[in-house]
Amino acid sequence: MSGVAGSSVEARVGGAGVGAARIVLRAEPLAVRCALCDLVGQMTELSLDTEELGTVELVVAEVLNNIAEHAYRGRAAGEIRIDWTAGATGLHLRITDDGDPMPGGRLPAGRAPTGWDHEASVPEGGFGWSLISALARNIVYRRDRGQNVLTFRLAVGIR
Amino acid sequence: MKLTSVTREGVTVISVDEPRIDAAVAIRFKDEMRALTEGAAGPVVLDLGQVDFIDSSGLGAIVAAMKQMPANRALELAALTPNVDRVFRLTRMDSVFRIHDSSGSDAGGGG
Repeated sequence: MSGVAGSSVEARVGGAGVGAARIVLRAEPLAVRCALCDLVGQMTELSLDTEELGTVELVVAEVLNNIAEHAYRGRAAGEIRIDWTAGATGLHLRITDDGDPMPGGRLPAGRAPTGWDHEASVPEGGFGWSLISALARNIVYRRDRGQNVLTFRLAVGIR
Repeated sequence: MKLTSVTREGVTVISVDEPRIDAAVAIRFKDEMRALTEGAAGPVVLDLGQVDFIDSSGLGAIVAAMKQMPANRALELAALTPNVDRVFRLTRMDSVFRIHDSSGSDAGGGG
């Protein structure tokens, strides 16, 4: 279960809602799709419900798209690494890349766009971080030896 | 990106025959929506019943499709699956669109 179009997968999934795995992918949209499909495939071992699986796929999609668009600015050769572990407090993810740092070295504000009073003023972007901050917990960003390191927790699979 | 357009009793229903509107197809989606909506008269309903995943790029493309509609022409949505519905609610975009449970007889109507 590896080597699908630019992503590679290594999984060690045990019983009772614990597991861990790594996915490595190239920063381009079709590789992001493959990686999300691999990730959701790994999650099936954790008995998540449909809504929880949707949360995992959406939050990770937003993080990967942000890295592809902003950290690598479309340089598709860039590598992204996803590491996850599952346990009693949910799913812990660590996503790293070698692209440009976040502006100002910190996370975006992540507020949902507001304040439109007219159809033409409705925003067409800026939704990504508001989705991430609405659904993820304990979001921490740091720059470490030329890498962007983003860690967060998703409160899924807690029984 | 496969979109199917059917016009019935003055209402154009565009069905997205794909499971995803994501960053990989967002620009194509927006361009194909422009091609399908610029000629039609009357309201347009986008049926998302087959779409089980959208990301923020897909959401942005749907908003862009609404904003590029000809003057005085509405773009309404129908048949949102649970994950898609949640993205609209979390971003408050559910307040921007008229959303129908299905693309059936009520969609595109008055009121």
